[in-house]
Amino acid sequence: MNSYVLKVNGKSVTVNAEEDTPLLWVLRDELKLVGTKFGCGIAQCGACTVHLDGIASRSCVLPVSNCEDFEITTIEGLSNDGTHPVQEAWKTIDVPQCGYCQAGQMMTASSFLKQNPNPNAEEIREAMHGNICRCASYNRIEKAVALAAKKMS
Amino acid sequence: MENKKIAFNRRDFIRTSTLASGGLLIGFNLFNSCKEAATPPVDVSKLNFNDFNAFIKIADNGYVTIFSPNPEIGQGVKTSMPMIIAEELDVPWEHVTVAQGALDTKNFTRQVAGGSQSIRFGWDALRQTGATAKQMLINAAAIKWNVDPATCTASKGIIKNANGDTLGYGDVVNEAASLKVPENVILKEPKDYSIIGKDAINVDIDKIITGKPLYGLDYTADNMLIASVLRPPAFGQKLENYDATKAKNITGVSDVIKFGDKIAVLASNTWAAMKGKKALEAKWTSDTELESTAFHEEKLNEILDKKTLDIRREDGNVDQAFAEADTVIERTYDSPFLPHNCMEPMNFYANVTEEKVHLVGPIQTPAGTANRIANLINRKKEEIHLEMTRMGGGFGRRLYGDFALEAAEISDKAKKPIKLVFSREDDMSAGIYRPAIKYRIKAAIKEGKITAYHLKEAAINSNMYGLIPNFFPAGAISNYKVETGNYKSAITTGAWRAPYTNFLAFAEQSFLDEIAEYLEIDPAQLRLDLLKNVKDGEDERIQYSAKRMTDTINLVIEKSNWKNTKSGVYQGFAAYYSHNTHVAEVVDITLKNGKPAIEKVTVAVDCGIVVNPTGAKNQIEGGVIDGIGHAMYGDFSFKNGEPNDVNFHSYRLIRMKETPIVETHFVENELSPTGLGEPGLPPASAALANAIKAATNRRLYKQPFNNQLNDLKA
Ligand code: FES
Ligand code: FES
Repeated sequence: MNSYVLKVNGKSVTVNAEEDTPLLWVLRDELKLVGTKFGCGIAQCGACTVHLDGIASRSCVLPVSNCEDFEITTIEGLSNDGTHPVQEAWKTIDVPQCGYCQAGQMMTASSFLKQNPNPNAEEIREAMHGNICRCASYNRIEKAVALAAKKMS
Repeated sequence: MENKKIAFNRRDFIRTSTLASGGLLIGFNLFNSCKEAATPPVDVSKLNFNDFNAFIKIADNGYVTIFSPNPEIGQGVKTSMPMIIAEELDVPWEHVTVAQGALDTKNFTRQVAGGSQSIRFGWDALRQTGATAKQMLINAAAIKWNVDPATCTASKGIIKNANGDTLGYGDVVNEAASLKVPENVILKEPKDYSIIGKDAINVDIDKIITGKPLYGLDYTADNMLIASVLRPPAFGQKLENYDATKAKNITGVSDVIKFGDKIAVLASNTWAAMKGKKALEAKWTSDTELESTAFHEEKLNEILDKKTLDIRREDGNVDQAFAEADTVIERTYDSPFLPHNCMEPMNFYANVTEEKVHLVGPIQTPAGTANRIANLINRKKEEIHLEMTRMGGGFGRRLYGDFALEAAEISDKAKKPIKLVFSREDDMSAGIYRPAIKYRIKAAIKEGKITAYHLKEAAINSNMYGLIPNFFPAGAISNYKVETGNYKSAITTGAWRAPYTNFLAFAEQSFLDEIAEYLEIDPAQLRLDLLKNVKDGEDERIQYSAKRMTDTINLVIEKSNWKNTKSGVYQGFAAYYSHNTHVAEVVDITLKNGKPAIEKVTVAVDCGIVVNPTGAKNQIEGGVIDGIGHAMYGDFSFKNGEPNDVNFHSYRLIRMKETPIVETHFVENELSPTGLGEPGLPPASAALANAIKAATNRRLYKQPFNNQLNDLKA
């Protein structure tokens, strides 16, 4: 076991883990930040999406040993109280069905909107294409991203 | 009419008590099977869902908490069922909190209805309960005022008398609790509804958007270990021997436990458990043939070629009608196995100790599963305590308790609290799949009419159940026969969203499209003509309503601009009744470089009264896209008993850019609400295939479609 100092949601934390442990399991098992979900473990579904210095990243394939230099943000840290425009849009549009994929969807959307605050429909679909929603709430995800963009501008 | 009948023995069905903390607690039974003497507790932490399966607490500030242990799979019942109570109780929706019932109760044996059934069974009970509570509050106020309760009214949590005096529910709630449960309460007229029929956002929304622990996978307990299980890679294999030396050397791994033909690796964290599992070295044997997809093909074809199978419905004289036909059209339809792929992989927590057996996780059948666990590990049923969590999708997979049984067995052997976690690979390869199915349908045509219809089903393991053989077009064609047969396979199969109808609808609704083409009539008109042959209520096995189906079809014709769209848009039609709900769909596609692009699906639904429109539409949108996604891409095959795909890099699920816009319209009526989780799915794939035929002149008889469209060019 090694010891790593991570910056998670604005706080500095020390964790003990094997160096190959994906950030996902460090967040979930060690830090009890379970909002970040496990879906595939091979960077294919997006359920585990977090931000590294603001960039959406798949935490299931990121060894913890590579994460010390980044500001890590999880769904728990996207806002203090669920009022990030993306979270509010998700609520207004009533997006979730089972809800399991939605943290990953919101983390992808919020990072995308930071880079492209005025996306068109095509760009939204492109940006969200990597995140699977097995319940197929895709129509609403699309609408919620557009609404969040409006709120942010 | 239908909304007013009172069919409950209220004495057994509702009981009240005064809470120690103040306020009124009402226990009631959604499914109406209460034991005689039961009384709700005086402490909400002691709610006994064995006596009553739901509770309402009215606090002395008038705020209402609805406790329901009903698991939420994602179909929104945790929102829509309390809406019905709040409507009849007549409280502002903002004053209502919905709580998952305290679950760690003795002998937890409540029965859970499958997804699309919950609302249907709950409708009367929920309204009765809300209305009864409201009447008791009015009665209590009337006593205080010394007036006749009939002169009082209540609305939005406030009771009023003829003098204009008012009392809040909270002011009389303690008195109300001691009153007799009234017998004949009056239910509201649908036109007076103020909560039902208005959008209510998912009650768990704040927890979901902020990432709070909700799901089984999020559960944790002191000293809990994570278990990762190595199972036989192929269906039909057994464990011969194994070597755990390497697994045990992995940091964090504490135990390796063999149970049956499986080996569990226990570790202090999930990553170590998964690594430990991969490091196990096991040898497998088999004494039977390991099945491949080609083998299933052969077996199912043999069944279809048999002269007779099990007859499930037979009307008129099918043989004679075929003998006298001008033309006979026969087609065979083909579908693969499908894994469920719930976004949250299977998991379960178990802590088996001397004193009790504590289980926590996502499961749709807690009662049956608890019983099976009691038998498996030789414990009394009373010792089993099972808690349910929110579920990251179900689609039928979480009806089966296999993962909970594994968890209990591992904890029993290890004598430690463990959480069993499936990897995606485990989830896809230890599935309880939608069985591979083939349909062969034959129609006799004489003088421009369908005179006979004969459908054969060949399926892996089991066949269509219940009244499905009587679904449309049964009743509409006088010579009619449905036969079924199956092949018993080592591959485990079970319910998958809209069991059987998920593919039966594709076969039948594609077939009717082809018949319409042959007869040169509009495909929607062909359905409408057939429905004219059906008299509602004449055959009690026939549950669909010709009238309701006709209205539904007419609505989709209107809303989709059927046969009237822009040039370059091709449309396909399908209509199907399942899970008590009538649905008609039109798919619009365009061609991009010669390949179909699915643009839009217009859906008409008759599900009776729509309790929560936003939730209802969410279900339809999901069901339609799910149906289209699996029809396009769902390809799941076996080689020597092993699935060829075990994760999303090669197993394709529909994604954002491939999804159409779904536009949902409800048939307006005042009939009891019916299910929505499933019925949107079955017609979608047929409507799509029929649209693809219209656009490309290519008929599809097999799912998935995608690999049959690769050669299309501009
Ligand atoms: S769990 Fe990381 S992408 Fe699926
Ligand atoms: S809401 Fe269920 S997986 Fe997206």
